[in-house]
Amino acid sequence: MHELAITVIGPDRTGIVADVAEALAGVGANLTDSTMTRLRGHFAMTLICNGPTAEQVEAALGPVATGGLLATVRRVEPEAANGASGEPYLVSVHGADRLGIVAAVTRVVAGAGGNITDLTTRLTGPLYLLVAEVDLPCDAADELAQRLAVAAAELGVDVTLRRAESEIL
Amino acid sequence: MSDPDLVWAGPPGRVLPVVTAPAAVLSTIGQEVDPTDPDIVRLAADLVATMRVSPGCVGLAAPQVGVGAQVFCVDVTGHPKAATTHGTFVLCNAKIIEATRWRPGREGCMSVPDLTGDVKRAARVVVEAVLPGTGEQATVATDAFEARALQHEVDHCGGKLFLDRVAGAHAVYQRKVYL
Repeated sequence: MHELAITVIGPDRTGIVADVAEALAGVGANLTDSTMTRLRGHFAMTLICNGPTAEQVEAALGPVATGGLLATVRRVEPEAANGASGEPYLVSVHGADRLGIVAAVTRVVAGAGGNITDLTTRLTGPLYLLVAEVDLPCDAADELAQRLAVAAAELGVDVTLRRAESEIL
Repeated sequence: MSDPDLVWAGPPGRVLPVVTAPAAVLSTIGQEVDPTDPDIVRLAADLVATMRVSPGCVGLAAPQVGVGAQVFCVDVTGHPKAATTHGTFVLCNAKIIEATRWRPGREGCMSVPDLTGDVKRAARVVVEAVLPGTGEQATVATDAFEARALQHEVDHCGGKLFLDRVAGAHAVYQRKVYL
């Protein structure tokens, strides 16, 4: 059993997911975790699959990867058992678009030992938005909030750090 | 049901341009105001006039018309998600004193025209404020969509946007429908 990391990206059109999923199923690749979304007219898929070899999947995706669609496949190691740790937080940043917002903010988060588990950015007109989900070490939030406020002031953007809520029912 | 003491019965106002993020005024805590100041009554009238001509608009706060003041108007009458409604009203220096029954919901904002987001808000709130013109104290107890609108507008007066409260990295959406 091989674990494979697959990316597919290209100009959005009807049927990309169906074509890729069908090709994967055809070679017995079991799709596990994935994220698929449209980014400014490009459709981007990031998938973890298990089953066949990377070469078999590459061959299966060959006929699909046309019209500007680019597919990559490589073997990866299965996730370590210890998984995510820390306390879940959310970082929101918004302000006028400028170079380096993501770089500066995520460097501050990394400096506090925060592990980003999900991140979205959006540019709409002059407004830039970043929302990140972060696992933070215990007792790191207050200092991180202060450091983010300093970074945000330098960037001229607004930042909010708050604990992510999750109710388990 | 409308409360006659709460319902806006001020003069007609002017329609003002609505400012959009990243305008600095939207990120600034609004000043407390004197509700009997004629300028504040005029601002209240302008907010109501601007809200009424804006399709789908159920509330508008002073920072959204470029004024850093704790004044906003709300009117959710007829909205399908509304339960309790108080008609058109304007509050100054509003404070949320009770907030319970937190629920997620999708919201947008005239000042963030291209995005919507999932935000958890209290479905029951009690808000204390003063009314423009008379300066009378008002306590508004409400629920459902009117409660959400009040919290959104109180946030504006505190320099916060719904973007500061979205529920996760995948809780922001490109807006598809413009009213």
